[in-house]
Amino acid sequence: MSYKSEHHEENFFQKYVWSVDHKVIGIQYGVTSLLFLLFGFFLMMVMRYQLAYPETPIPIVGWFFSESNGIMLPENYNTLGAMHGTIMIFLGVVPLAVGAFGNYLVPLQIGAPDMAFPKLNAASYWSYFVGGVIMLASFFTPEGAARSGWTSYPPLSIFESGQTMWLCGMIFLITSSLLGSMNIIVTIVQLRAPGLTWFKLPFFIWAQLVTSFLLVLAFPPLEAASVLQLMDRVAGTSFFLPSGLVYAGSAVEAYGSGSPLLWQHLFWFLAHPEVYVLILPAIGIVGEIIANNTRKPLWGYKSMIYAISFLGFMSFIVWAHHMFLTGMGQTMSAFFQLTTMIISIPSVVVLTAFFLSLWGGSIRFNTPMLFALAFLPMFGIGGLTGLPLGVAASDIFLHDTYYVIGHFHYVVAPGTLFALFAGIYYWFPKVTGRKLSEGLGKLHFYPSLLFMNGVFMPMFIQGLSGLSRRMYDGGTQYAHASDILHWNEFMTISAFCLGAAQIPFILNIFITLASKKTGERNPWNSTTIEWSAPSPPLPHVNFDKDVEVFRGPYEYSVPGEDKDFCPQTEK
Amino acid sequence: MSSIPYILEERPDTGLNNSRLGIWIFIASEVMLFGGLFSAYVFLRFAAPEGEFDYWGSKLSVPMATFNTLMLITSSVTMIMSWASLKMKQFDKYKLYLGLTILCGMAFLAVKYFEYTGKFSHGIYPASSTFMGIYFTLTGLHVLHIIGGLFVLIYFWGPAGSRMWKENPDLLANRIEVTGLYWHFVDLVWIFLFPILYLL
Repeated sequence: MSYKSEHHEENFFQKYVWSVDHKVIGIQYGVTSLLFLLFGFFLMMVMRYQLAYPETPIPIVGWFFSESNGIMLPENYNTLGAMHGTIMIFLGVVPLAVGAFGNYLVPLQIGAPDMAFPKLNAASYWSYFVGGVIMLASFFTPEGAARSGWTSYPPLSIFESGQTMWLCGMIFLITSSLLGSMNIIVTIVQLRAPGLTWFKLPFFIWAQLVTSFLLVLAFPPLEAASVLQLMDRVAGTSFFLPSGLVYAGSAVEAYGSGSPLLWQHLFWFLAHPEVYVLILPAIGIVGEIIANNTRKPLWGYKSMIYAISFLGFMSFIVWAHHMFLTGMGQTMSAFFQLTTMIISIPSVVVLTAFFLSLWGGSIRFNTPMLFALAFLPMFGIGGLTGLPLGVAASDIFLHDTYYVIGHFHYVVAPGTLFALFAGIYYWFPKVTGRKLSEGLGKLHFYPSLLFMNGVFMPMFIQGLSGLSRRMYDGGTQYAHASDILHWNEFMTISAFCLGAAQIPFILNIFITLASKKTGERNPWNSTTIEWSAPSPPLPHVNFDKDVEVFRGPYEYSVPGEDKDFCPQTEK
Repeated sequence: MSSIPYILEERPDTGLNNSRLGIWIFIASEVMLFGGLFSAYVFLRFAAPEGEFDYWGSKLSVPMATFNTLMLITSSVTMIMSWASLKMKQFDKYKLYLGLTILCGMAFLAVKYFEYTGKFSHGIYPASSTFMGIYFTLTGLHVLHIIGGLFVLIYFWGPAGSRMWKENPDLLANRIEVTGLYWHFVDLVWIFLFPILYLL
């Protein structure tokens, strides 16, 4: 094996665009998904402005609503809501967590030269790219973008405009996830370095493995459902259309005898495991950072692995807790309540293990650690507020209120996104050979934490008062909403401040990239294998010497050793 | 990229090479794809009015589907034999059997073409009934899988296969083995489609 990267001259396109190197593809995924996150955030700011000041022209982007003099119409709001959800989940968080972090780090952390199927890896990125372009292009078609919510419930989604583009985009995105996660599974099973046995794998790798299994097995039913919905829209079938349907005042010309519930079952069969796809890589990242910055082993490493494996398995049999209000029957509700309560146990195991890992550690409060520490209570709030939604009796009251929005945003926004930020700060020195500035990092972290809560905490208050989601004016026509609607202005201001709080992060990246490269291999004194590679790792081969593994992943502060970390690759 | 291990040789502790594991995971996801559609079929059949699926199902041609079933089963046998020929280093026989596999696949498509156009000429479309909708969706998706498989088979039957045979015969055998696994899976889907759509 040669350790020099193959020196046939590669031009710019071969090197950075059509590359099959997992590191380049990881960075491509990372940059694209961060841009999509920014775009999804921007859609949300427009929505929040509308909620705080309904019936007033939207500043700056009012030209987009030119036919109504800059005032947002209900259908525009629906479009923004549907596309915000779709973009954040399928084009932002999942590609960042699995595409970027998974691609870049999995081969490095297991001591492999690349992914098992490099060309498939590039195909996965480009399929994602095409899906993203289709989603973006749908805004500019005469029909406009999808407006039936990210869940696309029929029968409405069969009639509303924009949905066909959404379905085509989804088919590309699903294909991309499928190829990417297949690749990650094979890489982890087959390409582990000599000596790296299953229980010497870093926790992050386990999280990626379980995530990939969820993606491989849960996404295809949504692909099937998308094909069926496409048939309903394009070929005139009526899989999801019941008989005797009336739409916009006239009877629907269709064969009928289909079932809208069928879509919900197929959709949530994907979309519940999807929740764990969003959260597991985040847990993996937090595990790495906590072990490194407490300078002690992760507490309960094996029980956490068993917990997330069990979590992955259970996530396939909880989907109908999203459907308590569909009238599917008490037996079904009872079963899905039970499984939902059971699945909360492994999440609590993981969170408890993280808290216990902090105990007795000499904690270094650097930026990645701050984000990882903030993840714990934020994810805790998100998880615990989910319990009332998992019980049918209380869910009937809370369903489709702002409480639900608050709940899942606490899991994904200050939860997963904080973990992903932590990961970016933590692995940036490995990717670029330069450390991000701590000062700007803290300027990013503290306001973000504050304003995140400013956006989402009032949603619980509004939701418990019964305020429904998906209303373009925030629900001004409802009497019960009148004494809680004033929160909307507070939340909107928080959201804009949250946006401003991301400026130091963006500046930090560009300033650091412009600074001199130090190329330090192991700036955090970490034990896992990726830190023994050069920073940045060599193109196509990663490591400059043979990797052999002798130790477990988190041998920090081992008694009798002269330094407080023992890398996996050292005897 | 040549440094990626276990492309052909098996990893001792897993007993697998990369592509074999990869294709099995891919097939697992395909099982979930068709599984989703089969459960949709079950769901819709239960929800449909009494006798509706029987009525529309009787419009399909059982003899044509039986012929197609035979075509696909035969193609699975010849697929295995082309792989075995490669393993026995008989390239001519490999080309013969792979060619037969391709012909069987094309015969399947031809019959399917006549089935579809026959339906259309009688004014039967996916929108005609729920049964016809699921029939066209399931068989249509299956036909797409057959077409995809045929592209791969023709690629390896043509000059690319001959070149690979000269340069790296083991790699060709590995590729044909993996393609074969996919091809058998597609046949198996048909073995399920045949009874639930035509016979039940």
